[in-house]
Amino acid sequence: MTEFYIGASLAIFTMVAMCLFRAIKGPTIIDRIVAINVIGTKTIAVILMMGYIYERVDMFMDIALIYALINFMGSLAMAKYFERKGIVAGDSQ
Amino acid sequence: MIVDIITITLVVSGMAFLLLGAVGLLRFPDFFTRMHAAGKCDTLGVLLIALGMALEHLFLYDFSFMAIQGAFKFLLIAGFVFVTSPTATHAIARAAQRSEIPMWTRPKKEDR
Repeated sequence: MTEFYIGASLAIFTMVAMCLFRAIKGPTIIDRIVAINVIGTKTIAVILMMGYIYERVDMFMDIALIYALINFMGSLAMAKYFERKGIVAGDSQ
Repeated sequence: MIVDIITITLVVSGMAFLLLGAVGLLRFPDFFTRMHAAGKCDTLGVLLIALGMALEHLFLYDFSFMAIQGAFKFLLIAGFVFVTSPTATHAIARAAQRSEIPMWTRPKKEDR
């Protein structure tokens, strides 16, 4: 099963690269926020698989929980901060 | 053996959902449609992966106290993502709507 989880985490890294493309290119700032949020959600899955690979699932699970919490708070804070007209419209195109 | 098959099925289907979300994030033409792809697929993908790994963890340590505790933590992560990811999606979409991001409309026939 360890080989399966190594392959699965490599596949998730490929998806993270696809999301990173959107985070770099994305026309508006909110596109970038969504891409970073998606990358954070994928990272939770990768951390769980890393815990299985290193056989320390109990420790890595706490890290994944904290990571999910920080990801959620960061998304809420950025959504609150960019809720204005000028910032987003000035960045588009 | 059969637990391995169930776990691999759950994890692979979760990763298929993650892949669909990533492709939607790349390919859709508009912010709101991208958000529609990213928000839902990620929630279900992480949920399925955590469920599969919890099942395997439960059988790997043979239903001892540590195994039940670990599986409970996996379910805790799944439930947390299941609650917070739609909330974050909703907050970001509301911010986008209030900052008046232009929506995608179908191009007219003479333009195509």
